[in-house]
Amino acid sequence: MAERTVAVASRVGLHARPAMLFTQAVAAGGVPVTIARQGGAPVDASSILFVMSLGVPHGEEVVLHADGPHADRVLDELVALLSTDLDAPEAGGDGAGAPAAEASS
Amino acid sequence: MTAATVGAPGVLQGVGVGRRAVVGPVAQVRSAPDVPPDAAVQVDGRPATPQETHAAVESAFAEVAESLRAQSAAAGGTVGDVLAATAQMAADNALRTQVLARVDAGEPPVAALDGVVDMFAAMFTQAGGYLAERVTDLRSVRDRVVARVLGLPDPGVPRLARPSVVVARDLAPADTAALDLENVLAIVTELGGPTGHTAIIAGQLGLPCVVRVTGATGLEDGVEVAVDAAAGTVTPHPGADLRAELDRRRAADELLTADTAPGATADGHAVALLANVGTPADAERLGGSGAEGVGLFRTEVLFLERTQAPTVEEQAEAYAAVLRALDGRKVVVRTLDAGADKPLAFATQPDEENPALGVRGYRLVRPHPELLRTQLEALARAQEATGTTPWVMAPMIATADEARDFAAQARAAGVATVGVMVEVPAVALRARDVLAEVDFVSLGTNDLAQYTMATDRLRGELADLLDAWQPAVLDLVAATAAAGVEAGKPVGVCGESASDPLMALVLVGLGVTSLSMAAGALPAVRYAVRRHTHERCVAMAAAARAARSAADGRAAVLALADPQVRATLGL
Repeated sequence: MAERTVAVASRVGLHARPAMLFTQAVAAGGVPVTIARQGGAPVDASSILFVMSLGVPHGEEVVLHADGPHADRVLDELVALLSTDLDAPEAGGDGAGAPAAEASS
Repeated sequence: MTAATVGAPGVLQGVGVGRRAVVGPVAQVRSAPDVPPDAAVQVDGRPATPQETHAAVESAFAEVAESLRAQSAAAGGTVGDVLAATAQMAADNALRTQVLARVDAGEPPVAALDGVVDMFAAMFTQAGGYLAERVTDLRSVRDRVVARVLGLPDPGVPRLARPSVVVARDLAPADTAALDLENVLAIVTELGGPTGHTAIIAGQLGLPCVVRVTGATGLEDGVEVAVDAAAGTVTPHPGADLRAELDRRRAADELLTADTAPGATADGHAVALLANVGTPADAERLGGSGAEGVGLFRTEVLFLERTQAPTVEEQAEAYAAVLRALDGRKVVVRTLDAGADKPLAFATQPDEENPALGVRGYRLVRPHPELLRTQLEALARAQEATGTTPWVMAPMIATADEARDFAAQARAAGVATVGVMVEVPAVALRARDVLAEVDFVSLGTNDLAQYTMATDRLRGELADLLDAWQPAVLDLVAATAAAGVEAGKPVGVCGESASDPLMALVLVGLGVTSLSMAAGALPAVRYAVRRHTHERCVAMAAAARAARSAADGRAAVLALADPQVRATLGL
C-alpha cells in the first residue's frame, strides 16, 4: 500500500482537461488508485465522474492511494502529472518557455 | 408578429428568420427516448436473459463512447473538446460498473442507469459552476445508452446522407455545432425564438430557418417540405406551383447576391453594410459576401465553454486573424459580453436572481478588471502585429461616466477609436452625453428592445413584445441617431433588426450610418437601400414612428416601399 500527498498545480483545478488527462493516466497505470481531498472519502481515481465531482481547486492537496506491484512507480508518475499545469497549451508557444506573464490573476 | 395558423391545410406556421426558402426532405433530430424505467431488453422478440441484458448494457456504453469519440475527432476545436469529455463520461469505469452491478442485482437497465446518473448529476449540481453545466453532457450520455440498450435510434443530430431540412424540438449549441453543414438546407424548430442561438447561427450561414413551428416534430423523416422563412411556413408535400415560386425567388436571390458594390441609397447617400462575426473562421468566410467590414466581432465566442479566460497571447492571435481576414477593412471589436444568457465559468456571478439586470457586459469590470485589461492589451498587440487599427466598443454601458472610463482605458492601451453599445434605454436617452465621451456608438437592437419592453429575449412566447418595430424602441433609436448626427459621429446598428430590409430603410431614415448583420442578409438589404432615396427613407422613418403599434408601423412603411422591391424580396 503506497500513499502520496500532492497539491494540484493546474490553474483550473482538477476538472475539465486536467481531470481527463489524470484519469487516463490512472487507467493506463494498471493498478487500482484512489484519490481523496484532505480528510475526505477516497474515490476511484480512474473515474472522470468521481474525480470531477471532488471539485478540487487549484493549489489544494489531494491524497493518492494505490495497491499492487507497481504502486510506488505509478503514484510517482501521477504525482508528477498533478504537479504540472495540465491546462497550459500543449504547444511550447513563444520563447524558451519563460513563465507566462499572465495578465489575468 | 405571426398570426394564428392560416393558409392551406397541413401548412405549419411559425416565425421565419431571414427570407430564404428551400424544398427538401425532413431529417428529425431525436430527443431523449421516452421509455418507462422498467422497459425490458428484447432479444429476437423475447425478453433477454440476465446475461444477455448485462452484455447489452456493457456494449451500449462501449458503442456510445466510441461514436462520441468519432464525432469529437470529426468536429475538432471547442466542440471536439466538449464531445471528447462527453465520450470519456460514457467510457467511465465507475459509471459502467455501478450500473452493471444494479442490473446484475435484477434492476431493469433504464432504472439502474437513471439511479446512477442521478447520483452523479446531484454531485455535479451540488458542486455548482462549471460542473453543474456538465450535467447536460451526463444526461446526453444517459439518453444515448438507453437508446442503444433498447435498440432505439440514437438521439441527437442524425448523420445527414443527403441535403436535408433539419427539424428539432430545440437545438442545443452543441447540436448546432455538430451539424454537417454541407447537407443542411434549412432549420425548423418547435421552440426557440427569432433572436435565439439557432436563429442567429442560421442567419450567419444564410440558411432558411423557421422557429416556433407547432407540430414540426410530428413530420416524418424523409417527407419533402417547403420551408419559407419569409412567410414563416413549413409546407409538407409542396405542389408544383409552390416549387416554381420558390425557384423563382431563389433565382432572384442569386442575382442580388452577385451585387457587392458599397451600400448607398438611390441618390448616393452612403450606408456602410457590415457583417457580424464571432470567430476568425466567420471572418474568413466573408470573402465574397460584399461586406464592407465587420460591424460586430463578438469576442465572447472565444471565451465560451472554457474554465479559464484565454491568455493575452491566445486572444491577440484570434484578433489578429480577424484583422488579417478583413485586410484593412473596418473591424469593430466588442469586448467581452458575458453574463445573463451567455454564462462563463470564470466570470458569471453565481447567485444572481436576475442576471439580465445584473453584473454582465461592461459591468464585469467591477469584479474582474483583469478580463478587460487583458482583452485591450491583446487587441493592442493584434493591432501592432497586423498594422491595422481596429475599433473597440463595450457592451451594456448605462452611463456617460462608464463610457468615459472605458474610453480612457482603451485609449491608454493604445486603441484609438473607441465606442460603446447602446442597449440600455438610459444611454439612448442620454446619447448626447455619451457621444461626448466616445468616437461612435452602435445600437444593439435585440437588447435595447429587451430592456425597453421589459421582455426576456429567451422567452419565445413573448416575441411580439420583443419587436424592433415597437414605436417605443424606434423612439430610442431615433434619439440616439439624432445625437450622432448632431455630434457628427457614426451611429451603427448591429442587432438583428439591421437584417430586415424594411427596417434597414427606416434606420437609414433615422440617421444611422452603418448596418451590421449576418452576412447572409447583406444582399437583400443592399438591394433595398439602393432602390430607395434618402428622402424616401426619412419619410418611412417618420411613418414608422407615427404609428401606435409595431404592426401598424411596419404596414405604413411597407406602403411606402418600392413595389418591385416588395415583389422581389417577398415583403
